Amino acid sequence: MSTVETQAPKTPGVSRKVVDRVTVRFAGDSGDGVQLTGSQFTTTTAIAGNDLATVPDYPAEIRAPAGTLPGVSAYQIQFSSSEVHTAGDQPDVLVVFNPAALRVHINDLGPNGIVVIDTNQFDAGHLAKAGYEKNPLEDGSLNKYRVIKENLTEKTLLALKDLKDVSAKEKARCKNFFALGVAYWLFNRPLETTLKYISDKFKKDPDVCEANRMALKAGFSYCEMTDMFQAVAYEIPPAPTQPGLYRNISGNQALAMGLIAASVKSGRTLFYGAYPITPASDILHELSKLKNFGVVTFQAEDEIAALAATIGAAYAGSLGVTGTSGPGIALKAEAAGLAVMTELPVVIIDVQRGGPSTGLPTKTEQADLMQALYSRHGESPAVIIAPATPGENFDFAYEACRLAIKYMVPVYMLSDGYLANGAEPWKVPATADLKPIPVEFASNPENFLPYRRNPETLARPWAIPGTPGLEHRIGGIEKRETVGTVSYEPDNHERMVVIRAEKVARIAKEAPPLKIEGDQDAELLIVGWGSTYGAIRAGIELAHQKGLKVAHAHIRYLNPFPANTGEVIKKFKKVMCPEMNMGQLSLLLRGRFLVDIVPLNQVKGQPFKAREILAGIEAVLAGKPVVKPGQTKQGAEDVLEGG
Amino acid sequence: MTTAIAQEVPKPKYTKADFQSDQEVRWCPGCGDYAILSAAQQAFARLGVPREKFVMVSGIGCSSRFPYYVNTYGFHTIHGRAPAVATGVKMANPELQVWLITGDGDALSIGGNHLMHALRRNVGLKILLFNNRIYGLTKGQYSPTSEVGKVTKSTPYGSLDHPVNPISLALAAEATFVARTADIYIKHLEDLLARAAAHEGSVFIEILQNCVIFNDGAFKDVTDRVMRDDRQVQLEHGKPLIFGKGRDKGLRLKGLDLEVVEMGKDGVTEKDLLVHDEHCESQALAYLLSRVEAPLPIGVFRDINRPTFERRAYHQIDDSKKKYGNGDLDRLLKGGETWSVK
Repeated sequence: MSTVETQAPKTPGVSRKVVDRVTVRFAGDSGDGVQLTGSQFTTTTAIAGNDLATVPDYPAEIRAPAGTLPGVSAYQIQFSSSEVHTAGDQPDVLVVFNPAALRVHINDLGPNGIVVIDTNQFDAGHLAKAGYEKNPLEDGSLNKYRVIKENLTEKTLLALKDLKDVSAKEKARCKNFFALGVAYWLFNRPLETTLKYISDKFKKDPDVCEANRMALKAGFSYCEMTDMFQAVAYEIPPAPTQPGLYRNISGNQALAMGLIAASVKSGRTLFYGAYPITPASDILHELSKLKNFGVVTFQAEDEIAALAATIGAAYAGSLGVTGTSGPGIALKAEAAGLAVMTELPVVIIDVQRGGPSTGLPTKTEQADLMQALYSRHGESPAVIIAPATPGENFDFAYEACRLAIKYMVPVYMLSDGYLANGAEPWKVPATADLKPIPVEFASNPENFLPYRRNPETLARPWAIPGTPGLEHRIGGIEKRETVGTVSYEPDNHERMVVIRAEKVARIAKEAPPLKIEGDQDAELLIVGWGSTYGAIRAGIELAHQKGLKVAHAHIRYLNPFPANTGEVIKKFKKVMCPEMNMGQLSLLLRGRFLVDIVPLNQVKGQPFKAREILAGIEAVLAGKPVVKPGQTKQGAEDVLEGG
Repeated sequence: MTTAIAQEVPKPKYTKADFQSDQEVRWCPGCGDYAILSAAQQAFARLGVPREKFVMVSGIGCSSRFPYYVNTYGFHTIHGRAPAVATGVKMANPELQVWLITGDGDALSIGGNHLMHALRRNVGLKILLFNNRIYGLTKGQYSPTSEVGKVTKSTPYGSLDHPVNPISLALAAEATFVARTADIYIKHLEDLLARAAAHEGSVFIEILQNCVIFNDGAFKDVTDRVMRDDRQVQLEHGKPLIFGKGRDKGLRLKGLDLEVVEMGKDGVTEKDLLVHDEHCESQALAYLLSRVEAPLPIGVFRDINRPTFERRAYHQIDDSKKKYGNGDLDRLLKGGETWSVK
């Protein structure tokens, strides 16, 4: 841990254009270190005091053939002097490292946008691999953009020419940091954070370390001294933020820490059972490293065993958590039903991705809401909560654990690929401020019955093996009320179904009242859940610029809903629900509250753009139909289809 | 582990009745499970282990009703998944003595995957597989151990599957303790259960069990009082493989196979017979024995030691704490690059 205090560097003689916000996208071949470049830029930008949001765009293949279109990897960041809610609808500045990256991403750049091109790979061979018949640098096709082209690799080699103990190949690899130096200069970012990162990362190899440090500084200096960059020099002053200690965090990182926090606060060993699956594997990786917190991580043989083992661990007194994505939730349904019937504290995390079936493993979607509600057979209610931002993953992982233990009930937490990998500045919470998670195991044999319930929460006792005098049997067969033995009696079954439903329904009181943000007196309410939060806020900002009034309520407790949900949505003349699915929350709200909600849906494996939300707002306010899935085409697809 | 002379905690004294729950046993009259239940309750009572430390974990099937009849902690889980649930139980509290009750359908059909992984991990689970070569609870379909051509409700023209051999499978899955017995060998079963309790690591015991309603007499060859001395061979560590009513037959190695020989004929003596070795590191001997069906080997095929999964997992945790100190939540949250806003 280090707190790096940095100031924006002085660049005398340069007149910088001050802007409120910029969106930058880095793109290159997947072996080119685009993610590293992007994440370093992000950390530096966060420390420079801007609000930001990021989203990586990973290729689906582990390693597609070098230089091809499917091998392109990208990273986008929007940063600002004011609030940032999304990683940006489209880049203002595109930095590309090879022809394939240019081809895939150039159509997303707005007219007069800036494209910085590393010309090193713009030879006949690479151009052909990217499907270019003519060289775009020469045929005028880039005329509507502001093009900065430079052979960054050559320039890097030149800058490092005096280093004797580093091979030419190693020097060429430093071009990432050279390019990063260029990016830092364009936006006046300090170099210190990345210089320190390089020193740490390469401390075992001082020569390579020095080469990379020199490359970073050289990229920065190069821009200082080269005229063509002067016209694209920007300044984005720091954003006003609440005082406190901040760090940059991705959703999955925040999630892992939320689970650890719950383990510490409850005093229960965290048992995390999981099977590797994109985009949830990182949670397992992160927790596996934290053994000094006593975390037991278990890479199970399959998704079913992951949840089954988690249930066994919860039965024996651990805080049981499993994490997966859509396909895993499907597999876990039967075991989840066992958790419902045995009323054990387990948390099931779904980091949603494009479906159905294998779908789009590296793309985001939020189409598992119905699955979380209804994948278990029978009347099998479970709690469902969902964070709205990467940072909220911490709070909701923690809350899922707290609710599971308090009510002895399985809790689903729905995140998605965008939240998991996207990052934002996060105010570090004080551990003393976290809600307590009291745990009281059953211990007194007198009057003990395995299903004798707490009158307020309806939770049954947590009676763990090893406790003398409480020996009892539980299982998946229906239970006699209170006594907990097997029962097939008709009235008892109905009673138990009602009790299990009532237990979940009472959890509504744990949900803070649904808040209406924005214009309280608006005609239109946007209701959303999960990661659409950022896009909705950004879309509303665009609407405000056009003088339109919009209210926004974002639901984090999806089952049960907050107690005032019906009241909130019935208050407005028009209600629109944007979702990255075909209308799941819309269906639930309509069915439950009899309100005619307009669904605004898209299922492209991409987050909503702010302007898509704006278009929906305008359509609904004008009484016109909104755009439906299938009615629009998105840029990259045209390219990949050879269009 | 303390080396000081500690006050010895007196071992609890139980009787069989202490391990009987108040539930009326609902297996069919004449079912082999009654005998197994009785032997288990007897064996548990003698182990000197506090009753609260026992956990019975079962899947689905007639076998899996077992936990309801034993007065210990019990978890009747879902079909095939008991090994996974039990692994979680053992990992959460390695001090518990976890017994896993399953059947040929539960463990070898839907549960085959989980069984293999539990065994190869060497999790300290004592797995009792009641093999009756049929699906009893669902009223008579064939199972993975049913013989080819078995006519059942779902295979009226005879089953097409070649059966799997549970002992061979367990050995291939690297199980560290593998044994076979039958429901009517009550004393033998009790002894095996005592050995199972003492073994650190996975235990796999195939219990040939008679389903009196849907597959009566499946093991008659081996269990019938008149025939059995000639139809089975007792495995005893360090002893030659002799069987037969008059102890006049034996098994001897012929190339990579085992052949039945008559003692005294063609100069065959006890010295020619294969001597059983439970503790061979290699599974080869045990595997060879597992392929023999006549005479059917009864007893312990393999008993070796290998560090258990839970012990190694907690070792890593302890090592990590020693290396990095106990986890500090505040430090974790403030990790990475941070900056202050005043």
